[in-house]
Amino acid sequence: MSSALELGDLRKSFGGLPAMNGVSLRVEAGERRLIIGPNGAGKTTLFNLITGDLERDSGSIRLFGHEVSRLKPHQRAHRGLARTYQIITLFPKDSLQHNIVLSLLGLRRMRWGTFKALARYTEVEEEAREVLKRVGLEHLSRRPIAEVAYGEKRRLEIAMALAQKPKLLLLDEPLAGLSREERAAMKDLIGRIPREVTVVMIEHDMDTALDLAERITVLHYGSVIVEGTRAEIIADPKTREVYLGD
Amino acid sequence: MKWARWALLAVALAAFPWIAGEYYINLTSQIFIAATFAASLNLLVGYGGLPSLGHASWLGLAAYLSAWMSLKLGLGHALTAPAALLGTTLVACAFGWISLRATGLGFLMITLALSQVLWGTAYRWVSVTDGDNGLRGLTRPAPFGISLDGATSFYYFALAVTVVAITLMAMFVASPFGAALRGTRDQPRRMSALGHDVWTVRWITFVYSAFWGAVSGLLFVYYNKYIHPASLSITSSAEALLGVIAGGSGTLAGPIVGAAIIMLLKNYVSAYIERWNMLMGFVFVLIVIFMPEGVVPGVRRLYLRLRKWRTG
Repeated sequence: MSSALELGDLRKSFGGLPAMNGVSLRVEAGERRLIIGPNGAGKTTLFNLITGDLERDSGSIRLFGHEVSRLKPHQRAHRGLARTYQIITLFPKDSLQHNIVLSLLGLRRMRWGTFKALARYTEVEEEAREVLKRVGLEHLSRRPIAEVAYGEKRRLEIAMALAQKPKLLLLDEPLAGLSREERAAMKDLIGRIPREVTVVMIEHDMDTALDLAERITVLHYGSVIVEGTRAEIIADPKTREVYLGD
Repeated sequence: MKWARWALLAVALAAFPWIAGEYYINLTSQIFIAATFAASLNLLVGYGGLPSLGHASWLGLAAYLSAWMSLKLGLGHALTAPAALLGTTLVACAFGWISLRATGLGFLMITLALSQVLWGTAYRWVSVTDGDNGLRGLTRPAPFGISLDGATSFYYFALAVTVVAITLMAMFVASPFGAALRGTRDQPRRMSALGHDVWTVRWITFVYSAFWGAVSGLLFVYYNKYIHPASLSITSSAEALLGVIAGGSGTLAGPIVGAAIIMLLKNYVSAYIERWNMLMGFVFVLIVIFMPEGVVPGVRRLYLRLRKWRTG
């Protein structure tokens, strides 16, 4: 069986400045992978290259054995890819439920429908409430995004991606800015993501993130420095070098 | 309650020619045409977040195509109307493809440039357009044998077309596609990550908006029985954009109210004040100061505040 994600010698520069220096990486189906690295290591750039928000300069990106590096972001979404954003990227004027509806529409043919009113597709509204229930936000379904708390927006970020029923989910700092209680709840939510979904996560909070991940990749200046299990990463002197600058 | 208000509006519009004089009937017909035109632009500006300064292209092109086919080819209205709509829509397919290489200011400039090309062509291609003289001697159609030459019959014709146009545009906005369109306005990156084809959504909207612009162009040329390059000018595009913004972009009633304000200022006030353009500018400054979101959302906000204040 082919890997969920396979990157081969992926490169990207911004105006001559290399941001991704030939990254090769393999994530198996069902795996939980954590990507760490200091600021500016290229973690979010890596995500943007995988989703197609940025075009790669060279190298290959394979999703479940299919080369996708020439596909547009929405075409990659149709191949089972979903992501969340480090900076909250929701539809602020709309209700939580409508946010989820937009997510549900993305992969359905009915998104091209121009005559029947959206409000009359009751099954979609129903499913959106179902998704919100799963992440514990059902009681806020009618509220506009602008009126809910930061922690709730973070949860909705993940709910949007989960509503797509992805095969590969990229989480970009899902714990950023959360209080300790909220972190515990978020950890629980991520822990409950079914095993059919492969998860790749960027996170700075090691205490929480290390528990969720099976394998860890350390990124530095756009290159993979170390890759391995938790114990291997901690034991490797290169990790310390990257983080402490010895 | 809601349908009672609609019924009242319908009765008022239907009864209007019975109580008003010819001048006001004609003025209202022109408001209908301007409202359809502004509403079509609103799909792009208000719901798609794509400000265009070239929307006059669609009104002007449809009007010119229809006029040219009937004058120079001698074709009847039953043929020229669908042909003009089709031709305009096809040109919009190409213009949209070019303009949507950019968004925001870039999009605004490309739409402006392309419409200037059409405007210049209308001025210079004298053998086809009669240049600055415009195309004259046109007739109004007579659907089902009913002559539209009278003010009242044309009023009902324009009203019917406008109601159909606005209803179909309202349905478009309320549909899943309309929701996706608003999504591409607010968060295009997230939309593509969710599987929405942002470019195609915008392009379809561009073409659809141009189609209704073309419909208003037909009404325009039927009403005036004359078409001049000025209808393709940036002034004509800007007027519609002002109407959308003044009335309230991204609302259904906004462009209708905005178009009505402009038409009233242009036709009614200009009869009394020569410098009506100055007055129009003044009115817009007032709108921007007191209701920056537009008249329709602004009045709604003031009404809600008043009600709150009354109930304590």
